[in-house]
Amino acid sequence: MPVAVGMQGVVAHESNGQQVLFVEDTSYLAVVTALYESGFTMCVDLTAVDYLANPARVVPSGVVARRFEVVVNLLSITDRERVRLRLQVADGDSVPSLFDVHPSTEAMEREVFDMFGIRFDGHPDLTRILMPEDWDGHPLRKDYAQGRIPVQFKGAAS
Amino acid sequence: MTTIDASAGAATSEGGQELKSRREISQKALMREAGAVLRMSESAAAALSEVQGDVGEDQSMIINMGPQHPSTHGVLRLMLELQGETVLRCKPIIGYLHTGMEKTGESLTFLQGGTNVTRMDYLSPLNNELVFSMATEKLLGIDGDIPERAQWMRMLLSELNRMSSHLLFLATNGMDIGAVSMMLYGWREREEVLRFFQKVTGLRMNHNFIRPGGLAADLPAGWRDDVLRLLDMLPDRLAEYEILMNGQPIWRERLQGVGVITQSEAIALAATGPILRSTGIAWDLRRDMPYLKYREVDFDVVVGAHGDAYDRYAIRFNEIRESMRIVRQILEKMPSGDFRIQNKKVTPPPRGRIDESMEALIHHFKIFTEGFKVPEGEVYVAIESPRGEIGCYIASDGSSVPYRMHVRAPSFVNVQCLPHMMRGGLVADAVAVISSIDPVLGEVDR
Repeated sequence: MPVAVGMQGVVAHESNGQQVLFVEDTSYLAVVTALYESGFTMCVDLTAVDYLANPARVVPSGVVARRFEVVVNLLSITDRERVRLRLQVADGDSVPSLFDVHPSTEAMEREVFDMFGIRFDGHPDLTRILMPEDWDGHPLRKDYAQGRIPVQFKGAAS
Repeated sequence: MTTIDASAGAATSEGGQELKSRREISQKALMREAGAVLRMSESAAAALSEVQGDVGEDQSMIINMGPQHPSTHGVLRLMLELQGETVLRCKPIIGYLHTGMEKTGESLTFLQGGTNVTRMDYLSPLNNELVFSMATEKLLGIDGDIPERAQWMRMLLSELNRMSSHLLFLATNGMDIGAVSMMLYGWREREEVLRFFQKVTGLRMNHNFIRPGGLAADLPAGWRDDVLRLLDMLPDRLAEYEILMNGQPIWRERLQGVGVITQSEAIALAATGPILRSTGIAWDLRRDMPYLKYREVDFDVVVGAHGDAYDRYAIRFNEIRESMRIVRQILEKMPSGDFRIQNKKVTPPPRGRIDESMEALIHHFKIFTEGFKVPEGEVYVAIESPRGEIGCYIASDGSSVPYRMHVRAPSFVNVQCLPHMMRGGLVADAVAVISSIDPVLGEVDR
């Protein structure tokens, strides 16, 4: 088990046989740093889920479910081990960026910002990455329905 | 919708995605941008005298490479700041092929999802389907019950797909460097593999053949002969291409020492696949976190030593041979039995039963219209695709469509290596560097 299990603000959990750590925004960076030092040197994936349409989801006791969840997948090459962090984020809140620990999250955090509108403090270049820069809205939010809004064209008079 | 638009509009005034000219940005912002490009923190970037050594504004210029450049493998756009022929800064700008596939995945059932994910990395569609199916099976709790034959068949298709993908890499890499004959040969050999896929799945690409629970159909009669013909034909031709390219000083000069990346940089950038292995780290999920039946076959993980474009080319070249070695063992060990799980919840009744049983007809209809319900939970499954670690994160709310379906695309992450590999290199080498990353833009943008 990773060293971070005993840390303050961490709830360990098992999901389908995979290690999951629920972290709080206060412990998030510290946990990632502690895991980095214990061998989880690669941040393979960072994504988010919008639980707006599923507020009654099951979370372990001690975790307050919020609208968004940032999901970070860390990999330890030396121990051949994976761990997943889940951080609850309320609408409008920002999250500390992992860029200083894991530079690989640069594009991933931009994608999460683009798709969900979650802001990352300390990110060097937080701009849209997949959508055009003048796009309205964040497509992967659950209240952003498919086909509900007219197609937007860059530079066209609206 | 109106409330969201109001808040979202405020959140999108983030400015352009483009690489800004030095004139437009302050020294501090330049530092931060260079830090982003170098993947270093601001303080570490400031310590680099190279960054501080000011280039006169009138000595550098920013040019666009792409999105329509033939050697950017689709619609990758690079903004390069050049001083003469030297690349000072580079920023990849992506999104031109973004079609919202993750959003689409939220409205397709788990059975339909395969048609969606297979179009992401269109050069290795079967690996995409495989990782999506494995994630779904893990959520269903049936990942331990997949029949032996289904697993070996999945492995066979996955390895043949690796071969076809790497053969296409040889083609595009050859064309980018100027070996146009290699382009023709690579496409031709890939087509031989695709012909086998067409016979098995009915389609050359975008098969939707690997499905949750197993596969869509059994292997057709005579498949063994087709695979053997492929395995007998390729070694001689590969040996020929090796002479054609490795034996050519121009080829070696164009690749050796170009686009170098070190071990720590590759790990920091989460590069996987041939890029990570080119630095000497023997990391292959097939061996290090085995899935399917990779424990039972014998193969080597090919690694490089220099982390340059030549190593990445050589690794892919030799991985074709390793895949052929695996395929030969699969031919020997292929068991008989079911090609999909006999679980009525997931598997539709066989075609023959539909004609004689009303219940089977209803069941078949239900599975293909409503789909099957998947228990609430979330899971991340990763496998080794030709380009690196492809992962699938699915969060389910207990219904028959994924609540959230995210694909960790290896190309999306690997493209981040570009600014680093190009820095200080020549603009002509930029083409070789892009080619050695082997990005598939369908997967980068999803």
